Amino acid sequence: MPADQVSRTPRIARNTVIDASKLNLTFETNDGPVHALRDVDLKVEAGEFVSFIGPSGCGKTTFLRVMADLEQPTSGQILVNGVLPEVARRNRAYGYVFQAAGLYPWRTIGGNIRLPLEIMGMPKAVQAQKVQEVLELVDLAGFEKKYPWQLSGGMQQRASIARALAFEAGILLMDEPFGALDEIVRDHLNEQLLALWARTQKTICFVTHSIPEAVYLSTKIVVMSPRPGRITDVIDSPLPRERPLDIRDSPEFLEIAHRVREGLRAGHAYD
Amino acid sequence: MRNILPVLTVILALLVVWYAAAFQLNKQWALDMAARQDRVMTTQQLIADTWAQDKPKLPAPHQVAVELWETVALKNVTSRRSLVYHAWVTLSATLAGFGLGTLLGTLLAVGIVYSRVMDLSVMPWVIASQTIPILAIAPMIIVVLNAIGISGLLPKAMISMYLSFFPVVVGMVKGLRSPSQMELDQMCTWNASGVQEFIKLRLPASMPYLFASLKIAMAASLVGAIVGELPTGAVAGLGARLLAGSYYGQTIQIWSALFMAAAVAAAAVGIIGIVQRATLKRMGLDR
Repeated sequence: MPADQVSRTPRIARNTVIDASKLNLTFETNDGPVHALRDVDLKVEAGEFVSFIGPSGCGKTTFLRVMADLEQPTSGQILVNGVLPEVARRNRAYGYVFQAAGLYPWRTIGGNIRLPLEIMGMPKAVQAQKVQEVLELVDLAGFEKKYPWQLSGGMQQRASIARALAFEAGILLMDEPFGALDEIVRDHLNEQLLALWARTQKTICFVTHSIPEAVYLSTKIVVMSPRPGRITDVIDSPLPRERPLDIRDSPEFLEIAHRVREGLRAGHAYD
Repeated sequence: MRNILPVLTVILALLVVWYAAAFQLNKQWALDMAARQDRVMTTQQLIADTWAQDKPKLPAPHQVAVELWETVALKNVTSRRSLVYHAWVTLSATLAGFGLGTLLGTLLAVGIVYSRVMDLSVMPWVIASQTIPILAIAPMIIVVLNAIGISGLLPKAMISMYLSFFPVVVGMVKGLRSPSQMELDQMCTWNASGVQEFIKLRLPASMPYLFASLKIAMAASLVGAIVGELPTGAVAGLGARLLAGSYYGQTIQIWSALFMAAAVAAAAVGIIGIVQRATLKRMGLDR
């Protein structure tokens, strides 16, 4: 694979953030090989909000983890910011938000957000300033000295997003970040996430299994299906970037949701 | 204050059982003595006698209390007759062994967590080491170390260490492995080094486990130090007091040494508890 040469020379257009071609990933298990990803081709442009939707086992989380260099593809090529995921990770090109908030119970909210900054060796004054900035960004100003257990689940997840934003990576990878939260909190956080995206101009890759969430948030929806994990449909959303919550009752919204649902159903017809 | 009634009730019940047992066990001796001297005792005299013998099979609580009072409060602490002196001799070996054991246990745990080879090779030996009765190898340790010119506190501390490193290894291995895969992945996404991962994640995550282990290790250390004093006929220490007491049938002395050992263990474990609470509170883990 000529990837070694490619890795340090951004050959692709500058505004392509994720570029995957013929990506395959096979896990060897006791029950034989599992095709987590088969022939995945996808381009994500800078500033896009891309949702990955599909039933469990369709490889959407695996794909996100490949972007983050947490899994290695078996074959095919993927570039993040024009370089290999490993290089992108070393450059701290992305922030990753996991399913659970994953805040350290022995650190305050401020301390948790500071953690990646400490690891990256930023000066103390810069750390303090960044913490303030992102806390305001996620609407948690004043909670710096609180411990995680003193916050609700939704607030913890917001703190976790703040932590991923703190070191100013251009890409935000989010793996079902609101999956464990109730519908009302979820709506609220979705709205806030859109506002945050508009303000920070980041590229967001967002894994979800909720159709309304995917349609409401995304400029591009990637529909995936399992066994083997593959992309069955890529929908460019015609919805405007400004999206009030009640856009979800508009005919355009329902039309996209319908198309996503059809895509998911088609994927299931294989087995 | 609500708890005081049940606590006192339990203590009272124990005392009643103890006095009854003392009467029962010491009765025969009193009756034999009376028979030999050809005198008749009233029940009252018999009871009084069983609770006031010089070398009873089981001393009554107040006899132990008086002995404790005389050897703790009324003797100069530097005197060989002071129980405080003996307790300190044992405690110093205990603390040295506890420190060494904690250090050894932590180092082994780090090795086991980070090296698969050590996990497979060292862990079975760690477990095997604890299946050997300490009483069997304590004399050998003392004799071997004595042969190479090491005597006094260190051999006893080694035996304490032998007993106390085990709970620390087990607890720290568990603690250092307690971070979830997600937390480790998280560290990876921040491109953290192995040292950063250890200091910022694994070590703090292991603290609650460490403190649980330290309490067990402290109690084991004290047992180790006392056992270390037994086989050599040591002249000082709580173990020496137990040994001397059993040579000369000084049951009161044995019991007071036992109580002293219990008090020392309780105090040491209590101090760890205080440190634990303070540390975990500072870490926000104390709710």
